[in-house]
Amino acid sequence: MAKKNSTAFPVRHMTNGHKPAAPRTLLPKCLTGIQGLDEITGGGLPLGRPTLVCGGAGCGKTLLAAEFLVRGAAQFGEPGVLMAFEETEKELKANVASLGFDLAGLVRRKKIFIDYVHIERSEAHESGEYDLEGLFVRLNHAIDSIGAKRVVLDTLEVLFASIPNEAILRSELRRLFRWLKDKGVTAVITAERGREQLTRHGLEEYVSDCVIVLDHRVNDQIATRNLRVMKYRGALHGTNEFPFLIGEEGISVLPITSLGLNHKISTERIATGIPRLDAMLGGKGFFRGSSILLTGTPGTGKTIVSSNFAQAAALRGERVLYFSFEESPNQIIRNMHSIGLRLEPLVKRGLLRFHSARPSLYGLEMHLATMFREIAAFQPHVVIMDPITSLMDAGTASESKGMVTRLIDYLKAGQVTSLFTSLTQGGHVLQQSEAAMSSLMDSWLLLQDFEGNGERNRVLYVLKARGMAHSNQIREFLISDRGIDLVDAYIGVSGVLTGSARVAQGALEKAALLASQQEAAQLKREVERKRGALERKISALRSEYESEAAELRRIAEQVGTRTMVLGTERVASGLLRQADAKVAAGPRGKFRHEKGNS
Amino acid sequence: MKPRPKTPPASEVVPGKAKPWQLRLYVMDQTPKSLTALANLRKFCEAHLKGRYRIRVIDLLKHPHLAKGDQILAIPTVVRKLPKPVRTIIGTLSDTDRVLVGLDLRSLECP
Repeated sequence: MAKKNSTAFPVRHMTNGHKPAAPRTLLPKCLTGIQGLDEITGGGLPLGRPTLVCGGAGCGKTLLAAEFLVRGAAQFGEPGVLMAFEETEKELKANVASLGFDLAGLVRRKKIFIDYVHIERSEAHESGEYDLEGLFVRLNHAIDSIGAKRVVLDTLEVLFASIPNEAILRSELRRLFRWLKDKGVTAVITAERGREQLTRHGLEEYVSDCVIVLDHRVNDQIATRNLRVMKYRGALHGTNEFPFLIGEEGISVLPITSLGLNHKISTERIATGIPRLDAMLGGKGFFRGSSILLTGTPGTGKTIVSSNFAQAAALRGERVLYFSFEESPNQIIRNMHSIGLRLEPLVKRGLLRFHSARPSLYGLEMHLATMFREIAAFQPHVVIMDPITSLMDAGTASESKGMVTRLIDYLKAGQVTSLFTSLTQGGHVLQQSEAAMSSLMDSWLLLQDFEGNGERNRVLYVLKARGMAHSNQIREFLISDRGIDLVDAYIGVSGVLTGSARVAQGALEKAALLASQQEAAQLKREVERKRGALERKISALRSEYESEAAELRRIAEQVGTRTMVLGTERVASGLLRQADAKVAAGPRGKFRHEKGNS
Repeated sequence: MKPRPKTPPASEVVPGKAKPWQLRLYVMDQTPKSLTALANLRKFCEAHLKGRYRIRVIDLLKHPHLAKGDQILAIPTVVRKLPKPVRTIIGTLSDTDRVLVGLDLRSLECP
């Protein structure tokens, strides 16, 4: 681990075989140095006892045995004897050399002794009694000549083909295993898998301490190797079937699922590189070390969001490892350039590393191991898998879920923030795989297409975000040459509107507003006008009334004057006509007179 | 290789005939089985190959490294080095017929 880092990976002895922390055991154990196997067995194979490794053809028995010897000799200072019944010394050396083991060198330095036992049935005739003392002599000689602590017998069962008398052979095998125990060597005996029993010739009957079963299965044209510790007398061990693979550095078993759910967690929040998205996530972004799923149909901008996230992290000075299963690094860099993301300088500064591989390149386990190796080597703060779904196609549903679980566990243990993009088919947004995977994820962002009005628009929303308040709103997601922007989508009676529909709706609303404003003004003017008219009418009426009132006053004055004049006249005439009708005629005559006047 | 000729060369090479048979007997110590095997082998050789054979007895207790050369597993083992091809027979040689077949002595017997 050259790079400074505080994260602690559980499986980091990828290349070196330094001792994993073995739990306290009663049974003394012998570290194999094989990555993962020592974890499963809780510290290695039983010390000084034979272990049976059985499996079908081509499942890696010989390799496991050879690695046990090579690592013993090279790392633990325990010389070993390889008694090969099937492959010659030359073949063995060549075979393991391809895995980076210098068997020839170890043989030269007398750390490993190879004895090739060649037997053919046709050559041997038997007559009378015999025993296999010759085998014992050879083995003893080999062990003593280099002071071996480890012994591999590969594959002992060949003897059944060459020794005609099975009774003798069986009793001699029993003696051999006893003898190996007495000799105090840790032995690995390989055997071919039998049809009904564990091994073809029932070797398990002699080896009772530890049995490891290897298996090589093909599902959907993809092969997976599995390892299972079937029996381990006197010790706790993982009983599951663990996938393993044969890589450039030998065998690695992946016992990641054995980890409990006890990751250290962080309350630190990290920005996504999209301010509006941060705002949707309680204003601060994701938790460090959390797992994020980004689901979307094709072309919704998953890679863009991922790249933004990557850029933001790298600009903070964090290391980002970007696994791409669809695009080459240069393609991503070019494409992101078009939206204003400059990834290349970050790659040059060593903050961003791309790793591209076609999902069909190799099996799921191989992918996983490759990822683990890359992660262990680069020690990233952020890991992006784009898209995880194409990788999941490489295995069955349960396998791929197991893989994602292990990956997430592994990343969480190292407090690495992980972003997985997931491609869904159009239409059904929540596919089966997502639903299964989502339970493993802390946060889930959904990118979706809205189609309508002859266009497609992207929206983004937060489906879940464990441990933080998050927005329930759908945001429209705009991609321009300046990057990503999130805008509020229009939500109204007619549903969610995005894109030009959102713009159109805005314009429509503006127009409506304007129209109603105009209408109000119109109405106001109308009212004003009416009021003016009314007032004018009122003043006209008033003036009419006033003129009439003036007339009335004038008439009244006239009448008064006339009455006065009449009175005086009547008095004058009464005086003239002896004034006897003074009382009766007075008023009547007066009214008649008034009427005729008006 | 220093196989110890344990027994005196009990063979006289008969000129004119084919090369003498070279037989190796691998044993572990002087166990009864080993001694029986040696005695039986001598008996056969005297009966069928008189004067045309050599027996080397190799004690793996003293020379364990020699076991690898002839691919010895079972004890006792007789290896016919000459004439070619190499033939191997394991056991105390108590089954006469099998020895005759195994060492291909029958062909010599008949004519």
